[in-house]
Amino acid sequence: MRLELAGITKAFGPLVANDGVDLTLVEGEVHCLLGENGAGKTTLMNILFGLLHADSGEIRIDGQPVRFADPGEAVRRGIGMVHQHFMLVPVFTVAENIVLGFEPTRRLGFLDRRKARADILRLSREFGLVVDPDALVENIPVGAQQRVEIVKALMRDAQVLILDEPTAVLTPQESEGLFTVIRSLAKSGRSVLFITHKLKEVFAVADRITVMRLGKVVGQTTPKETNEAELATMMVGRSVELVVNKREANPGQPVLELDDLTLTDDRGLTVVDHVSLTVRSGEVVAVAGVQGNGQTELAEAITGLHHGNVTQGSIRLAGQDVTRASPRQALRSGIANIPEDRQVDGLVLSMSIADNLVLDVFNQQPNARFGARDLGRVRRDGERKLKEFDIRASSAEVPVATLSGGNQQKVVVARELSRPVTLLVASQPTRGLDVGSIEYVHRRIIDERDRGAGVLLVSSELDEVMALADRIAVMCRGRIVGVVPHGTSREQIGLLMAGVEQSGQGQA
Amino acid sequence: MTAADVPPEDQVVPDASPAPSTAPSSPWRRAFGWIAEGNLALVTFLAVVVGLFVGAILIIVTTTATLHAWGNVFSAPGHAFGVTFSTLGHAYGALFTGSIFSPSAVSHAISTGSGWTTVFTPISETLVSATPLMLAGTGVALGFSTGVFNIGGQGQYICGAMAATYVGFAVHLPLLLHLPLVVIAGAAGGAVAGFIPGILKATTGAHEVIVTIMLNYVFLYLLDYLLTTPPFQQPGQSNAISRTVPQSAQLPHLLGSGLRVNFGLIIALAVAAAMSWFMRRSTLGFQFKVIGSNPAAGRTAGMDARLATVLVLTISGALVGLAGMTTLSGTDFFMSSNYGGSNGFNGITVALLGRNRPLGVVLGSLLFAALSTGGRYMQATTGIPIDLTTVIQAVIVFMVATPALVREIFHLRQGRTGKILLFTKGWAG
Repeated sequence: MRLELAGITKAFGPLVANDGVDLTLVEGEVHCLLGENGAGKTTLMNILFGLLHADSGEIRIDGQPVRFADPGEAVRRGIGMVHQHFMLVPVFTVAENIVLGFEPTRRLGFLDRRKARADILRLSREFGLVVDPDALVENIPVGAQQRVEIVKALMRDAQVLILDEPTAVLTPQESEGLFTVIRSLAKSGRSVLFITHKLKEVFAVADRITVMRLGKVVGQTTPKETNEAELATMMVGRSVELVVNKREANPGQPVLELDDLTLTDDRGLTVVDHVSLTVRSGEVVAVAGVQGNGQTELAEAITGLHHGNVTQGSIRLAGQDVTRASPRQALRSGIANIPEDRQVDGLVLSMSIADNLVLDVFNQQPNARFGARDLGRVRRDGERKLKEFDIRASSAEVPVATLSGGNQQKVVVARELSRPVTLLVASQPTRGLDVGSIEYVHRRIIDERDRGAGVLLVSSELDEVMALADRIAVMCRGRIVGVVPHGTSREQIGLLMAGVEQSGQGQA
Repeated sequence: MTAADVPPEDQVVPDASPAPSTAPSSPWRRAFGWIAEGNLALVTFLAVVVGLFVGAILIIVTTTATLHAWGNVFSAPGHAFGVTFSTLGHAYGALFTGSIFSPSAVSHAISTGSGWTTVFTPISETLVSATPLMLAGTGVALGFSTGVFNIGGQGQYICGAMAATYVGFAVHLPLLLHLPLVVIAGAAGGAVAGFIPGILKATTGAHEVIVTIMLNYVFLYLLDYLLTTPPFQQPGQSNAISRTVPQSAQLPHLLGSGLRVNFGLIIALAVAAAMSWFMRRSTLGFQFKVIGSNPAAGRTAGMDARLATVLVLTISGALVGLAGMTTLSGTDFFMSSNYGGSNGFNGITVALLGRNRPLGVVLGSLLFAALSTGGRYMQATTGIPIDLTTVIQAVIVFMVATPALVREIFHLRQGRTGKILLFTKGWAG
């Protein structure tokens, strides 16, 4: 099946998300759609999948123009999509999820489970998609859930499979597994449209590459004809440094000391398991690992947000015990916190930039006096910080919700770095950001380090960890399975992330 | 379409772009653009129009005379229209005359120089009914804008009135000392009733909607108990009514003894003004707004969401309690069973109608009160039941709660304000 998108244009108000996009997908190819967040990739895929409708332009299958009123129609025409966020029912089994919506039935409408299982196992063998049809979806890891989504699409006879940022939730090893699956799909004559903003993946799987920027296709190439630097330049429209320029670290006194820290979650399960770790002033210690291995809880405990669940051990900040400090005490004692999910924990989206910049100090002089806020002062300071932190907005009065992800994150960074910082806890600080903003945030983190703050970086992006960290602590299942110096190979860190413990590595 | 699909903000709000082409120079065109955009105040106004329209249809299909005339529409079409218009004219005329003023009473007063009290009676009655709605509505609105659903208006209303009654009859002081004490007691009574769900939510996570609804019954029956028990019960009475508060505990009239409008209105307006300042300028109000919009971000920034919840429900209860005090000390002077009726619940309605803004609540209360007082007069003069005004009120609230429907009916474009409102709702939910 040959799929063509011709001249697709889609505008949201004054904003042109897709501007005359052409894309051709031939049978049996893996086509990477590369672009920064906000480049219009997801909009394009949503149009292709019938979730949105183009203002102009045409979709053609084997030369015939088609129109998809809804995703159901796209599925019937052989298009399958695996969304960034899986559409699975956690309490159903794998098999039930896969057949949901087109259940094979026996007479009288009884579900034909045996046929469903057989079909799933056949597909699973054919493409190396290891899934257990009888497991409950809530009990299987995200990598397996993704395979379930792929099997689901194949069961519906998808000839074109769209994968939207599929590796965001995977370990390096799981990603490798996915790439193998993708190649076997292509070999069977199906085509795969792989959406990503990660350059390395493009070289691992793509037959052809289309690069988008600001709603337009800016170039088309193949992995053989190009290299990472060239692609990065195409994505952002200028040369970017993939490496953060920094001096050797100059570690001083310990600023954060975790001693045998153990945390439980609301159900009483241990999520952080006897963790001991020290961060000194003037160094970046990265906590690497696949998400959901206790890093979030660890960062929250340090910033005072999880203090109810410390069952053992202690947290000390510059010698002071802060194990049971409240969030306010934690930030007053010199912790800056860039939370993992800026839209949930970092910002009040409906409020202005200026208000968000003082979320922590709104009631302190000079922002307020005798319980009354000095709105003029807050606004003027806000305008000043727009410039200082390169936040692109028409004024400090606009709601944060109207900003792009990169500018939202700069608002969080601006607020947190406006206090005296002893320890910076940065959780996934560049998730979902464009290359320009990533560069900016990385620069700021290194500047804080050079100024003498200790930095605890929690990140599941291995590239980020490798670029910023002076030391890398790898977490798996709540425990720190190894602390390695920067410069350690990706493979070795990947093994640690998967829980293969190293005996030779020294603890911090 | 997620936020991540949108190209960077500098594309959306360009600094260097020319003035928006949708802002024409002439004020008329601007006004037209404003209407077409479906501004929220306009939506509210159109909701009233729809409410009156639905009311008109109900009048036509429930009045014998109009039905009869329409039955003979083919033999006498002019008659059918004539009867319809005169019935509607009488009904809505009475609604207006009974709630604002009567032109004939005005001309009578001008020609004879007397009867001014009659002229001002309708508007005075409207203001009297609006007073508790303003206070209760402001209290509930504070909760709503902080993400707390205070459904306990009825109980807090009763609690405020009970405390005011007790301080009213049990304390003997001159008016200048006694009355302020009664006011404070009213607020304190409501505050206690609001504090209970607040502390329960903060410490145990109990949902305030359940707790406040249940507390309504608790206070309703507590009142019933007190009304038949000394010292609360009126001595020598077997009926369930309380003692009467003395003159020193009564809110003074504003426009002479003939008109019931009283100092409670001043309190209500002052509270609304104070609340407006509080939400815009105070640090506590800012904290409430942050926690209302995104408690997680507030917590991360060091705010104490639990303390804020307790404070919000306590203040919200205090304002609803004040509402109970104003009717007790302003017009009733004693309590009977089920005191306050639906005033506590109507506070929720006017908060919604006023979109949680103090000025909006004041205007919404006036509209609601006018419909109620006018409705009583309409029933007395035209025989159309007062329930009709309840239907009109319900339709208005329904329309205000679904701005998209109003826009659809009147073919308005989705305005910027509306989008942001819905957006905030989504995140607050």
